[in-house]
Amino acid sequence: MLAVRDKRDKRAFAALFDHFGPRLKGVAMRSGLSSGQAEDMVQDVMLSLWRKAHLFDPTRAQVSSWLYQIARNRQIDILRKENRPMPEALKAESEVTEESTSEALGLEQEVGALKAALAKLKPAQREMVEKAYLGELSHTDIEAETGLPLGTIKSRIRLGLEKLRHELDGIRKP
Amino acid sequence: MTSITHHIPDQLLLDYASGRMTEAFALVVAAHVSLCDDCRARLSAHEMTGGAVLEAHDSAPLSDRLRHSVLSQLDDAVDDAPVYQRSSIFPAPVMEALKGRPPKWKPLGRGVRQSILKHGKSGSVRLLYIPPGLDMPDHSHGGLELTLVLQGAFSDEGGRFGVGDVEVADHEVEHKPVAAKGEACICLAATDAALKFNAFIPKLFQPIFRI
Ligand SMILES: [Zn+2]
Repeated sequence: MLAVRDKRDKRAFAALFDHFGPRLKGVAMRSGLSSGQAEDMVQDVMLSLWRKAHLFDPTRAQVSSWLYQIARNRQIDILRKENRPMPEALKAESEVTEESTSEALGLEQEVGALKAALAKLKPAQREMVEKAYLGELSHTDIEAETGLPLGTIKSRIRLGLEKLRHELDGIRKP
Repeated sequence: MTSITHHIPDQLLLDYASGRMTEAFALVVAAHVSLCDDCRARLSAHEMTGGAVLEAHDSAPLSDRLRHSVLSQLDDAVDDAPVYQRSSIFPAPVMEALKGRPPKWKPLGRGVRQSILKHGKSGSVRLLYIPPGLDMPDHSHGGLELTLVLQGAFSDEGGRFGVGDVEVADHEVEHKPVAAKGEACICLAATDAALKFNAFIPKLFQPIFRI
């Protein structure tokens, strides 16, 4: 992603497209979009990644979480004809320092642990987490139905947020 | 802003991240997150989880046509959407809802003013201006309501709400809010569509208008 951001590397972008495109389409189709509509959405989301790459900050987000946000915005727009207001962006740190590299690495490890926790869930539990994050069920619905799967995920999130909070400490907005 | 003590509950942050939340409430969440590093970190954690869910999701094969189409558009020039900046007490998402202009206040009696930002079938969101020291009779809520303080403060049974604080009120909450003395209280308030009766006026301030 940094090659896309800093060098406008089209081959690196194509690799991201090949990795995330089919997953984005899978997510779009489960919301009831046809294959054609889902592909239109994939196109919008991936082009938006390319055009907004200068805003990407690896110390605060992963490509996957960034794409997740863009994809949710597109889906709200397509299915509900609503715009989703977004928080003010923090100033992206464009300089690569030793500190920012280790922060980005830390975030990557955190997300790796999160993915491992997701992979260990039973299929039914994973389905619940998917439904929550793809807007099909609320947190409360999930707790009412099982009360189970979010436990593991939550402890992961708590770790993640502790770390993020620490990193955000001291960041002053422009 | 270390003085913020009332935050967005976790389940509402998840509803925001997943896109379930309607635009009116999402504006209050976006405005609070703009002011609150704590909620920004918690929201980021949800978005990371969302990203992990996306990565682990089943794929659907793409047509060759799509890949070609996307890659051929990389050099196209595009118009940048306007980017709004924070202006005085209004965080950027509020400025965006105002389209960069100052609020158009409409008087509602007893010195109270409102400026409606969005009103639709899924909910409404507005700015409210409450003169200092104004108190309101006891009343209870209908649907969900989120109120973010942008200037001044108010107090009720839930505590004191100053700049950056969010009050989350549902039908179980009884209210007797009083605006603090000193500066006028300016809030961003969102209500849901459940408020069919008088959807234009948030429950929090309905008693003032004797409805
Ligand atoms: Zn907060």
